[in-house]
Amino acid sequence: MNKTFLILRHEFLHMIKRKGFIAMTIIVPLVALLAIGIAHFVSGIAGPTGEITTIGYVDEVGEFQQYTSQGNIMLVRFDTPEDATKALVSNDITEYFIIPSNYASTGALQHYTLEKQLTTPPASTTAIKKFISSNLLAGRVSPSTIELIEAPLNLVTTRLTATGAVATEQGRLGNFIIPGIFSSLLCLSIIFSSTRLLQGLGEEKENRLIEILLSSVSPWQLLTGKILGMGAAGLAQVVVWVISAPFLLSLASSTFGGFIGTIQLPANFLVLTTVYFILGYLLFAVLSASIGAISSNSQEGQQLIGIFTLPLFIPIWFMSPLMEFPNNPIWIVLTILPITSPVEVVMRLGISDVPAWELVASIAALGLSITGLLLLTTRVFRAYLLMYGKRPGIREIIRSLRSE
Amino acid sequence: MQAIKANRIAKSYADKVVVNDLSFSVARGEIFGLIGPNGAGKTTTIRMLMDIIKPDSGNVTVLGEQLSEASKNKLGYLPEERGLYRKLTTLESIVYLASLKGMDGHSAEERADELLNQTGMLLHKRKRIEELSRGMGQIIQFIVTIIHNPELIILDEPFAGLDPVNTELLKRMIADLRKRGKAIILSTHRMDEVEELCDRILMIDHGRSVLYGNLAEIKSKHRSKSVLLEIEGKLEEMPGVTERRTHKGYVKLVLDESTTPQQILERLVSRGIIINRFEIATPPLNEIFLKVVGRNHE
Repeated sequence: MNKTFLILRHEFLHMIKRKGFIAMTIIVPLVALLAIGIAHFVSGIAGPTGEITTIGYVDEVGEFQQYTSQGNIMLVRFDTPEDATKALVSNDITEYFIIPSNYASTGALQHYTLEKQLTTPPASTTAIKKFISSNLLAGRVSPSTIELIEAPLNLVTTRLTATGAVATEQGRLGNFIIPGIFSSLLCLSIIFSSTRLLQGLGEEKENRLIEILLSSVSPWQLLTGKILGMGAAGLAQVVVWVISAPFLLSLASSTFGGFIGTIQLPANFLVLTTVYFILGYLLFAVLSASIGAISSNSQEGQQLIGIFTLPLFIPIWFMSPLMEFPNNPIWIVLTILPITSPVEVVMRLGISDVPAWELVASIAALGLSITGLLLLTTRVFRAYLLMYGKRPGIREIIRSLRSE
Repeated sequence: MQAIKANRIAKSYADKVVVNDLSFSVARGEIFGLIGPNGAGKTTTIRMLMDIIKPDSGNVTVLGEQLSEASKNKLGYLPEERGLYRKLTTLESIVYLASLKGMDGHSAEERADELLNQTGMLLHKRKRIEELSRGMGQIIQFIVTIIHNPELIILDEPFAGLDPVNTELLKRMIADLRKRGKAIILSTHRMDEVEELCDRILMIDHGRSVLYGNLAEIKSKHRSKSVLLEIEGKLEEMPGVTERRTHKGYVKLVLDESTTPQQILERLVSRGIIINRFEIATPPLNEIFLKVVGRNHE
């Protein structure tokens, strides 16, 4: 049997049997399920309970008598602030506010409560706002107009293609959820797999098992077998997450409804996610292997690889501006730059169209980087894998890269 | 055919010459001692023999062929520093490393059982490596070295850390491998082990060969002019003896340039001394080692 395949199989099986790997594979979907559960629970306790809440108010203007019933919130008028305070401390009302006589000029209300609050609960704010605006508009416009003014803005957007036809992918917020989650998972998986590769190499180097391996296989076979084995395990992990995604999505949809129900995955999303996982993993795996070869121990190697994996997170840090300004040229740079492209592309797929030329350029840049780095790593690998306890200097590394 | 032939191999790291123009060969059915002080270049030499690192110049042939990936399957290597996959069981470790030497899983398991049985380790075959003692791990590593029936076996300090029972067991197994025509390279610091096991030796220092050849011939060549005696009665002053050292149970006489051991024997007999032992002293390898290496370091 081919020795590269034997190493690949060994690394794959060794990796998928590891407790950390199994935990991460299972925990990620479970955490998502838990998040849904928590959201469901929180929405259950935060949502309307059917009980009537009573809020007091003192009207110093004298024009706020109508619209005292706002859904589950009942507004009760008090003559003086003292009366309202008495009612509050005896728990007849949950809170009260004063509409001062100069309200028309200041627009400010004084709000009193027994609770320690960072902000006023949205339900109270909404009820008070509606109560005030309804009373202000009463008699000036029709009740149906009042209703329209108070309703939240309902902007139904339809995306058209260049020809003016309705686009099949509408790019709503829901569409960003899965790419957003996947780009984070991609980061985790790439870092987990390549760190594990680095750790494995470090261990083999530290306990000198590497000498036995290199007496049986070439550095090239060892390098490729390890990279492909770990990559296959990482890919298997991503596949588990991909398979569990529709289930989680339907569960989330039935729990939240709303925009989650409208999620559409672009047709090319899964294919491109897989392609970018493979390329991204290969890039970082080769980088890990060369760092593993030159590091004096696995701890030092992990510190070094940390520096190189940081740029992978750049697209996640800039998620908010990406959503706001999806056509900024900076995203093109991040799409083509090999060290950021795996995550950037996956994120952009959920927000806007990524032009074909950018994808081609990005995949080509990744392919070239992997090939070049692999050629350099093989040299470094052979020269420094058997160097224990000390790290070669930059000059030494450059010399070994130049030598045959 | 020579099992391995190194022809003028050399290796440098940066400006430091680690192995310098080294040539030697190892025949089938012999145990070849590779000795030298720390930092002499033994490990680098072994790594070049194993094709782990490439020589800067010179070449190595294994069983008449240039080193290649295929020829690696004919080599068995026990490195000085021991290491196995700590989380794998004994059997899993052996079978995986045997598979990298071209064995199929079934044959590897069968042969592993035989060798585990032979070394009294069969009970531990399902245990994780991390559960075994250091000595046990070393036996497992020796099994890994020979499981694929290699033609050339390189053992770097094979007895280090082993108890006397396991040391004897390994010595018997190594002797048996020699009988079966395997070429064995033994690298060790223990000169008594070299004297006990090796047929020929290569002593290197500063990457160069300083002694190479048949062990008995080397010892004979370095023989000092001295004799060991066990006699009854008192030994008076004797002409031709420059120094007399009394050890427990025997006396060592160092002779001058013009006196032969034969003349000393005749003088003893003529004095009527009862002789229980008369032996021409050959220096232990350790002494030769110190002499040769010390000379190089002066």
